[in-house]
Amino acid sequence: MARKLNLRIWRGDSTDGGLQNVQVEANEGEVVLDVIHRVQATQMGDLAVRWNCKAGKCGSCSMEINGKPRLACMIQVASFGDNETITVTPLRAFPIIKDLVTDVSFNYKKAMEIPAYAHPDGLAPGDARMEQVDVERSQEFRKCIECFLCQDVCHVVRDHEENKKSFAGPRFFIRIAELDMHPLDMLKNRKKTAQEEHGLGMCNITKCCTEVCPEHIRITDNAIIPMKERVVDIKYDPLRWLGSKIGKREGIV
Amino acid sequence: MSGVFSPTRAEIKERTLRTDKWWLQPAITFGVLLSFVIYATFRTFENKNYFAEPLISPFYSPCLSASCEPGTVLAIFGQPFNNQYFGIGISPALFILIFPLGFRMTCYYYRKSYYRAFWMSPPACAVAEPHTKYTGETRAPLILQNSHRWFFYIGLVFNVILTWDTILAFRNAEKEWGHMSVGTLVFIFSTTMLWLYSLSCHTCRHTLGGRLKHFSKHPIRYKVWTVVSALNHKHPTFAWISLFGVAGADIYVRAVASGAITNFYFF
Repeated sequence: MARKLNLRIWRGDSTDGGLQNVQVEANEGEVVLDVIHRVQATQMGDLAVRWNCKAGKCGSCSMEINGKPRLACMIQVASFGDNETITVTPLRAFPIIKDLVTDVSFNYKKAMEIPAYAHPDGLAPGDARMEQVDVERSQEFRKCIECFLCQDVCHVVRDHEENKKSFAGPRFFIRIAELDMHPLDMLKNRKKTAQEEHGLGMCNITKCCTEVCPEHIRITDNAIIPMKERVVDIKYDPLRWLGSKIGKREGIV
Repeated sequence: MSGVFSPTRAEIKERTLRTDKWWLQPAITFGVLLSFVIYATFRTFENKNYFAEPLISPFYSPCLSASCEPGTVLAIFGQPFNNQYFGIGISPALFILIFPLGFRMTCYYYRKSYYRAFWMSPPACAVAEPHTKYTGETRAPLILQNSHRWFFYIGLVFNVILTWDTILAFRNAEKEWGHMSVGTLVFIFSTTMLWLYSLSCHTCRHTLGGRLKHFSKHPIRYKVWTVVSALNHKHPTFAWISLFGVAGADIYVRAVASGAITNFYFF
């Protein structure tokens, strides 16, 4: 059954902007992205919104709904009260382009800074063999759809623009963890660079990245904290340092 | 202007547009943790009512000071500390509480809790924090959070000691074995929760198997890691229950030692 929905949509660009009220019809089963499209079709023809799959798998329609970073295609209109006004804004951690569209190129720059998988020398393509038990831990991280909601909610950059230079963010910590846990990856200094170049130490594990992940990846428990512990192994654990010196432990790299 | 108010970002004057009760969780955490800190500080300096044969308060065990009450000293440790230094009386609890306190202070779960509730960094997800600068755990003093594994190892020793205290609670006031009281149950609950809290810890998970790159070469450690990982899901729950458990054990011992209640024996 159709209902009238009150929306507040942020409209503007880098020079000016604000929340605009609009009333729109919403049908049973619709999601927030559906009603935004209806607003675009009927009342705000030039409303900018980024979207693609409408199935929660492309990560395009990231925005903030009632202040929370969400995928607009995954939030049912029915989850809001009849008289509730739904506030829709762009991601607040990234530069605004127009209306609900932000410039997320920060994330692509950070992606390029993460060293790629390093294949073992002499192991020909097709000859690599891995046990399922060795790869399944990092397979969780492959579910990432790069919606960048975790990057948006992370207070290290959301609340401190200046940290963007030195902080890769949770999406790329799971990438580093995925590679560091990869049974065939040969790059030895991922832990060190995670701490010293990608800003792992700036994370204070307040778990907002995990809370907003639409793929329910346990970013903090399964990637960030294990990486912090691996950094402790090589930088803050004198027993393991001693072990590496007498050849009983993996070297500090 | 920085953060969400940076000039390049969408111009929104509110620190957050969240409409739910985002402040409730940090407010509860603040109240509960502050209450515990006040109570623990009071008990640390009270320096009495910590022993009622056979129950010793977990805040005072192991009792290592020359002023410890008879019956509270473990022979393996003795009484290496004086009861005062530089003319100032020192409570026996002061010699030991830094270790369980350090374990909880550096715990990954408690860090999340108190960074949010006390330091508001951030107070809640997508709620702008009040600080103008942020360096995380990259420099002193917060870089000391990396000492968590050392507190974890020492915490295990404390768990063994408190387990021994629980075994001793199967005696009666005349030191005869084969008895059980309400205090025994209180201690069993408290110690069990402390073990679950320690074993579900992220550092425990890492140490027992998480640091491995090839689980397939270490099947036993992999099995242990899967068990600890399952416990790790409940780590926040164990963190809170064990905190209440240890406080409850101390409150019970204090009540018995002060004569406010009698430790009821089932047999």
